[in-house]
Amino acid sequence: MNTKHIFQTYAAPFIGILLFLAIWQIGAPKIVTSLGAVPGPVQVFDQFEGLVAEHQAARQKEADFYQRQEERNTEALKEDPKADVTIRPYTGKATFFDQIWTSIFTVMTGFVLAGLIAIPLGIVAGLSQTVYSAINPLIQLFKPVSPLAWLPIVTIIVSAVYVSDDPMFAKSFVTSALTVLLCCLWPTIINTTVGVANISKDLQNVSKVLRLSWWTHVRKIVLPSAIPMIFTGLRLSLGIAWMVLIAAEMLAQNPGLGKFVWDEFQNGSSNSLGRIIVAVIVIGLIGFALDRGMLLLQRHFSWDKSAALR
Amino acid sequence: MTTTTNQADHLLISQVSIDFPTPQGPYRALDKVNLRINKGEFVSIIGHSGCGKSTVLNIVAGLYKATEGGVILDGREVDEPGPERAVVFQNHSLLPWLTAYENVELAVKQVFKGKKSKAEMKAWIEHNLHLVHMDHAMHKRPDEISGGMKQRVGIARALAMEPQVLLLDEPFGALDALTRAHLQDSMMEIQADLGNTVIMITHDVDEAVLLSDRIVMMTNGPAASVGDILEVNLPRPRNRVEMAELPEYIRCRHAVLKFLYERHGRKEEAIPSTKKEEGELEKGNIVALKSVLTKAA
Repeated sequence: MNTKHIFQTYAAPFIGILLFLAIWQIGAPKIVTSLGAVPGPVQVFDQFEGLVAEHQAARQKEADFYQRQEERNTEALKEDPKADVTIRPYTGKATFFDQIWTSIFTVMTGFVLAGLIAIPLGIVAGLSQTVYSAINPLIQLFKPVSPLAWLPIVTIIVSAVYVSDDPMFAKSFVTSALTVLLCCLWPTIINTTVGVANISKDLQNVSKVLRLSWWTHVRKIVLPSAIPMIFTGLRLSLGIAWMVLIAAEMLAQNPGLGKFVWDEFQNGSSNSLGRIIVAVIVIGLIGFALDRGMLLLQRHFSWDKSAALR
Repeated sequence: MTTTTNQADHLLISQVSIDFPTPQGPYRALDKVNLRINKGEFVSIIGHSGCGKSTVLNIVAGLYKATEGGVILDGREVDEPGPERAVVFQNHSLLPWLTAYENVELAVKQVFKGKKSKAEMKAWIEHNLHLVHMDHAMHKRPDEISGGMKQRVGIARALAMEPQVLLLDEPFGALDALTRAHLQDSMMEIQADLGNTVIMITHDVDEAVLLSDRIVMMTNGPAASVGDILEVNLPRPRNRVEMAELPEYIRCRHAVLKFLYERHGRKEEAIPSTKKEEGELEKGNIVALKSVLTKAA
């Protein structure tokens, strides 16, 4: 490892970030909005600490609540062992960090369901020109549709169809997850189809000479060949899913990061801009982490460990 | 082996023609190819590149469908690919995500499902890898072994199917001269052991003469056909060093060269390419010779 390499790998990204922060810190205060000056990195970090403190306070409140309830119940049982004690769940406001987990859970739900539909469909379309011709126009038609256009339709349909006295999931969650699904289906279908359709002719001939059954052909030849393209599709899909989710949550009021941003926007306090910027950075970091996670999965599933994955 | 026996035709290629569709209408690649092959016979098909020799093999394999005529193997018409007509492809065609053992296993499981026990299958896979001298690297993946070794595994996979006919599509074409000589020797040993019927596509004159009982020479396309068939009356086992000096070897080699470059040479490039290819062949032969001599010493 020479100096140039070390510089490029470690120093250059560090300098880049530093420069960005400097420009931000100097430039931000010059823009004065109705909510005060745009916060620089220092103020944003303060907001982040504020959110951490809020989270800890809320956790403390929750623990206190359960403790009080526990004490009250033991007291009641001591007096009368047959006392009818109720255990109520804590219903405090979700903190920023709770909302992060809601968002991740929602996006993974939509994404996993999309994958379960898209990969088999892509394989079938890659193997059969007829199926491909049949679904290709639909893919091309629906692929460019914005999540904001899907959302009202999904909301109305979910309201009509997902009716239950004791729903397992909130409607806002179902709506957001379905919108994510509808938007992130396409890259996986397209890439899987391309991957499957481009399996080497030689390997197809081997399969024919061996008279492999359809299922063995898919398992032994198609899937391993198409794995890189399937993962390319999945990574594109997950990226889109995460972007769509934030928008969907804003409008569907699913208690995730999108709702957090929306609520802060509506709130309009002097802290709001800083908090929204914290959310933006967290959204970016999570998106990055999700992509890295997919890369690790791809390494795990790929037969060719030496292939450069980036 | 070359003389006709009383048994019925083992493999019959009868009046086979094939048209490929092109925007300018159908292109006739092969026209009325006829060939009878006996059991245990080693037949080479030689011709200039693009003459359709691989197409003949693909039709026998069932990968292409003849437009006219057909192929009959042991009294049954060939209409789809199958393991009884195992193919060794030019570029090995091993599944890159499976080890040598697993590649052969895929074929063995497919052919002997329900006929062999697990232990028998394992022994059979190992036996076939042993035949091609791949015992030492049987748990390596194709990207971890050399080109020659990959081709050996490809041969083991084909042999493991116990094919009625073994189809070799320029099996050694992509290898260096030294490796090629080793593999040719292996192929001769295996064929002497197992007595498989073999059809081999080649463009290497020495390879054809050394390995074959008969050499089928194809005319140039379009509408290529069998131009001439040469019987190679050399005793077996054949040793490449001894063979090279026998008058019969020289006669056969000369006959094939004469057919390829005088009677059916490609007009536009006949002279320069002939010289070049001949030179290469000669060089390859010398290298192979040297290797055998050093081994012997």
